[in-house]
Amino acid sequence: MTKALVLIELKNGNVKKSSLESIHALVSQGVEVDAIAFGPEATTHKDGAAKAVGGQGAKKLLKVDSSDLKFYQPDLYASTIAATFKTGGYHILAASASSLVKDLLPTLAARLDAGLAPDCVAVKIDGSSISAKRPMLAGKYFATLKFKAFPAVLSLRPNVMPIGADSGQSAQIVDTPASGALRAKTTDVSGGAGSARPDLAEAERIISAGRAIKASENFKIIEECADVIGAAVGASRAAVDAGMAPHAMQVGQTGKTVNPNLYIACGISGAIQHLAGMKTSKVIVAINTDPEAPIFQKADYGAVGDLFAVVPELTKEFKKLLSAG
Amino acid sequence: MNGLDWSFMKIAVLVKQTPDTETKANLGAQGLESAGLKFILNPYDEFAVEEAIQLRDKLKGEAVVVSLGPDRVVDAMRTALAMGCDTGIHVKVSEEELKKLDLFVVAKALAAALKQKGPFDLILAGKQAIDDDALAVPQMVAEFLELPRATVVTKLEIGSDSKSAKLRRAVDGGAEEIIEIQLPAVLAAHKGLNTPRYASLPGIMKAKQKKVEVLELSALGLSANDAKVTYEKFELPPEKAPGKIFKGSPQELAQQIVQHLRNEAKVI
Repeated sequence: MTKALVLIELKNGNVKKSSLESIHALVSQGVEVDAIAFGPEATTHKDGAAKAVGGQGAKKLLKVDSSDLKFYQPDLYASTIAATFKTGGYHILAASASSLVKDLLPTLAARLDAGLAPDCVAVKIDGSSISAKRPMLAGKYFATLKFKAFPAVLSLRPNVMPIGADSGQSAQIVDTPASGALRAKTTDVSGGAGSARPDLAEAERIISAGRAIKASENFKIIEECADVIGAAVGASRAAVDAGMAPHAMQVGQTGKTVNPNLYIACGISGAIQHLAGMKTSKVIVAINTDPEAPIFQKADYGAVGDLFAVVPELTKEFKKLLSAG
Repeated sequence: MNGLDWSFMKIAVLVKQTPDTETKANLGAQGLESAGLKFILNPYDEFAVEEAIQLRDKLKGEAVVVSLGPDRVVDAMRTALAMGCDTGIHVKVSEEELKKLDLFVVAKALAAALKQKGPFDLILAGKQAIDDDALAVPQMVAEFLELPRATVVTKLEIGSDSKSAKLRRAVDGGAEEIIEIQLPAVLAAHKGLNTPRYASLPGIMKAKQKKVEVLELSALGLSANDAKVTYEKFELPPEKAPGKIFKGSPQELAQQIVQHLRNEAKVI
């Protein structure tokens, strides 16, 4: 039987939905899956995590914790996963393509002498044959890769594949030692804390503004709307370059690639570099004063109007709808 | 500098030639047709090149630009040389061969070239190439050379002994990790690390005279057969049906949007 090790991540005490998507993608194709989680958060919330991954069909939850794992340490993660992968007789190493996973998996592919397919939107497993589809040139086309042999290392784009119904099973928790030396050491993490909004790269809903927002303080109207629908807040490169938003909020080619169910572009003209980062969003709404703006060609729903007038109304309508249930 | 400074930093910069973003994708059986494409130096690599030049100037040393691909990639290397890199190493493969290489064999070949022409005290690269967006080759090169690595680097300070560095890397949610790393290491640059310079006209003239050494893939003991994955199929995304455009007062627009999101798209 094909066996996979899936690296999972927790956020605010819960296993990320995108991690569960990776487990389901493999379990649903007959693969036996164990999950592996790192750090103190995995210890504190181990029972909840075991239920979450077990509910999707994972057999074991391998829990790795040590005093060095307060922060992400690529050296420790890589050596621990490589050792676990080899002794556990696994064929596939998979994870949702978060920023941590994008950093880590290439190291493991090289160490395990394995092929690598990053940020895949589909994976197909048929016995010992495994193929995966991934976007190329910012989604201009797709390539399907076939692994010549196991082991296979792949990451799956968040919010593309579904999760399964919770089976009610819980995974068996197995304490796993961390091993390996630290050649690079993460000593601290600065900034980013305090925001209750979802990460852009994994958000199911995003509302973004372009240079038409005029000033950083005006993002308040975008944030108010975002908080009503539980959305992340993004910005176009033009807004970032003009100093209205930090680079961490940038959606597009030199920023984040996002794939939400709903993307609302406010005062964004739709430069090709921006489209490159968001055009795979399932539903796109554009609000722009210029009816000729290229963003309207990509939008499912377009509204010709000023974001300063339309967005507050949108916030009101969302509030009305969601309070009505 | 006191004249007794023995430090000399040999820096490699890995660069990739990529199609320009504006490129229209013409697909053939083996992927993107390279004929008629406009190619550029991968934008993230410009940050790596700039960092290498600044460090070379500050610490004294040499900045060597390294690239894998057919002869056309030398154009991207010349851009790096015009910006200020000293010499180049071109790992040469044919256009046909390139289509059969995967991330694994590309990284293995670059690592082999670095080993043969090294040792290097620091290896820089862009964090990702805009054509395959893999964010993988720098980490894989590091692994093959058994070096530590860091990606998405936004700030870099080399220690006074040139044996270690402190850096920052961008992670999710606008946070930054602060990292201490041993050198030699492989570091993958992100936007914000510096402001890449434009190549000056004298720089462009000088670049033409700079030495670019050619290494054949086979001379590194590798071939397309060493790839771990094969490319099965290439396809264009499905065409999207034209959307609906609403007009009216701000309130009407908001109502139209919300109704359609609820009743038609069913995402709210």
